[in-house]
Amino acid sequence: MNLSELCEKLSLTVVAGDTGKTFDGVYAGDLLSRAMSHVEADNLWITIMSNINVIAVASLTEASAVLLAEDVELVPEALEAARDKEITVLSSPLTVYELCVKIGEFAS
Amino acid sequence: MSNNLNFHFNVDGENFSSAGEASVVVKKKLRQLGFPPDIIRRVSIAMYEGEINMVIHANGGDADVTVDDDYITIVLKDTGPGIPDVSLAMQEGYSTARESIRALGFGAGMGLPNMKKYTDSMEIDTTVGVGTTITMKIALNK
Repeated sequence: MNLSELCEKLSLTVVAGDTGKTFDGVYAGDLLSRAMSHVEADNLWITIMSNINVIAVASLTEASAVLLAEDVELVPEALEAARDKEITVLSSPLTVYELCVKIGEFAS
Repeated sequence: MSNNLNFHFNVDGENFSSAGEASVVVKKKLRQLGFPPDIIRRVSIAMYEGEINMVIHANGGDADVTVDDDYITIVLKDTGPGIPDVSLAMQEGYSTARESIRALGFGAGMGLPNMKKYTDSMEIDTTVGVGTTITMKIALNK
């Protein structure tokens, strides 16, 4: 699915990066070591973590985008890193669970 | 004649803003060199975990990555507190990270297990009060 299509369907806010790319698969979780070993390339990673290390993990795993749940906001240095590393970051007021359910509905 | 490539990094302790930077640089270099995505992914994960461990536990250290015909070798050397019980530290979920570190999403107790899982060999040379050197190898021609 295209990220721009996802943004439209879920009314997501684009925090950084571009949405003109697709994602394939979803990983949800906040522990960085877990994310590091389970986020696959082109995945959408849903988390409530918002520090700079999220951007490093997203970059290393080649996630398509980070989706921040519950309207958490990136700290300024993380936002700057996301822009530098061209990481797409989206956000939503929904919880991780609600986002997973909705994305699952679209995918089925 | 050696065609080895060497990369050296000084990992800054307690600096979570730059934690992972060495891994990102190594990843870029390996991609430029045309290594397969699977190899790059494994090196990235192992090195990132090691780098984070040095930042959390050892006030930083040195990271050296060597690429030769057969292996990518990552050596992480610190002068931190050492690991009193390596077998305990190798257990998934065991962590001595402080609460403030856990709040950042670290300290899941997956660092060393991930490093072992994603490399072909890992040796830990550690002495309490002196420091730890971890040598990891990823085979290129399996």
